[in-house]
Amino acid sequence: MTALAALIRRDIKIALRVGGGALIGVLFFLTVTVLMPFAIGPDMALLTRLGPAILWLGALLASLLTLDRLFTADHEDGSLDLIVMGRTPLELACAAKALAHWLAAGVPLIVATPVLGLLLNLDGTATSAVALTLLVGTPALTFTGMIGASLAVTLHRGGLLLAVLVLPLSIPVLIFGVAASQAAISGPLSFGTPFSILCALSLVSLVVGPFAAAASLRHGLD
Amino acid sequence: MTSLGPYASFIVTSYTLVAAIVLILIGWITLDYRRQKERLRELEASGVTRRSGRQATDI
Amino acid sequence: MTLIDLANPTKFLSLTARVLPWLAGATAILLLVGFYQAAMAPDDYQQGATVKIMFVHVPNAWLAMFVWGVMSLAALGTLVWRHPLADVAAKAAAPIGAAFTFLALVTGSLWGRPMWGTYWEWDARLTSVLILFLMYLGLMALWRAVDDPSRAARAAAVLTLVGAINLPIIKFSVDWWNTLHQPAAVLRMGGPSLDKAFLIPLLVMAVGFSLLFVTLHLAAMRNEILRRRVRSLQMMQASQQAA
Repeated sequence: MTALAALIRRDIKIALRVGGGALIGVLFFLTVTVLMPFAIGPDMALLTRLGPAILWLGALLASLLTLDRLFTADHEDGSLDLIVMGRTPLELACAAKALAHWLAAGVPLIVATPVLGLLLNLDGTATSAVALTLLVGTPALTFTGMIGASLAVTLHRGGLLLAVLVLPLSIPVLIFGVAASQAAISGPLSFGTPFSILCALSLVSLVVGPFAAAASLRHGLD
Repeated sequence: MTSLGPYASFIVTSYTLVAAIVLILIGWITLDYRRQKERLRELEASGVTRRSGRQATDI
Repeated sequence: MTLIDLANPTKFLSLTARVLPWLAGATAILLLVGFYQAAMAPDDYQQGATVKIMFVHVPNAWLAMFVWGVMSLAALGTLVWRHPLADVAAKAAAPIGAAFTFLALVTGSLWGRPMWGTYWEWDARLTSVLILFLMYLGLMALWRAVDDPSRAARAAAVLTLVGAINLPIIKFSVDWWNTLHQPAAVLRMGGPSLDKAFLIPLLVMAVGFSLLFVTLHLAAMRNEILRRRVRSLQMMQASQQAA
């Protein structure tokens, strides 16, 4: 347990320190959201309608971009080999790394959501609905994205390949995240149904992600 | 020949397209086979032998 | 001959050499019979002659999913049993599966134009097949990104299995998303209550296309084995020259 706690502490420290990429994700999220009105026009009513979708897309892309660093830095300085060879089960170590990554890169996105909601003319309920769905949904993005990150590190390829592999897998999260936010704002549907499915997706990815990432690291590193 | 109705072009296009893609697949696989065989022959001519001692182009 | 015997590429190659002509012949006969029956099939009372597109669309759509299943089995073979032919099977299947998926998409779109009035409808089935197509392309990109075949095989195997777990979830989500945004007046096929006059040609075509896949897959696997032999011989040549 202490090994996992130490791993989480270490990863968060590295991510937040100079040279860590976690906060750049928030900056990217902000920039993408600011770009949207330039593409669709400053029509406030339209922005309100599209707001949850824009915020979800921005968060999806931002969390995808920061994923690249999940294993690469550790692979470069050799600590990934130590983690793979260590006595802690690799699945748990992967889960701990993903958790640390989510705490360092995912939570700031959720914290930034209210500010961005203001820019998109979302009212209090809408913003809190989006923030709540992001809080539940971003772990799923991190844990499925971790699979892509582990593949990318074993192949020494990152960037675009990772995006192409991971994005189709995150479609369900996007669908139910946006649907739950829309349901809370306007929708004929109740908020509970899509929200519980979103929770279920997060739980599934919590199981599948570490196992797949560990398998890929175990088979891929030599 | 039965008549294909007002949307004959769509039906004909789908069948032609399926045939075209399947033919492309077959052509690609055949060409690939020839190319690999050709390279094996070249390697054999340059005197490389397999660990089993058999010829490169043997099965 | 058991699965273990096939682990020897030489045995596999001699088996394919014997089997392939028969398979190719059977495929050609079945597809020709299927095509004749499809041409002779009566018109649907609702859809008219466009129902004929079904005879090529449905087998391709079924193969699009079936090939992913084959690749998942091969992925298990790679990761669990380390069967040497499993890598080859998985790699050879990906482009063929992508081609069938593409055909399912295009014929579906061509079928949709007269029925729905538009080439592309964000219909649940078309959308999930489109995502499946994207995943096939991603897998092929992964195979192409790495030059060491066994390293790429293990990464591709993990991705294939994750995809196999995810595909039902994606299908479910897209269905749900589609019912939420369902546009009115989408004409649907009669479902399982298909008349015999359509069912028999459809089955013949489905078996024909499945045999086509088996034939192409075996031939592509043979190519892949030869490609690896070329690769290892070239490496031996290079090391001999260096020594």
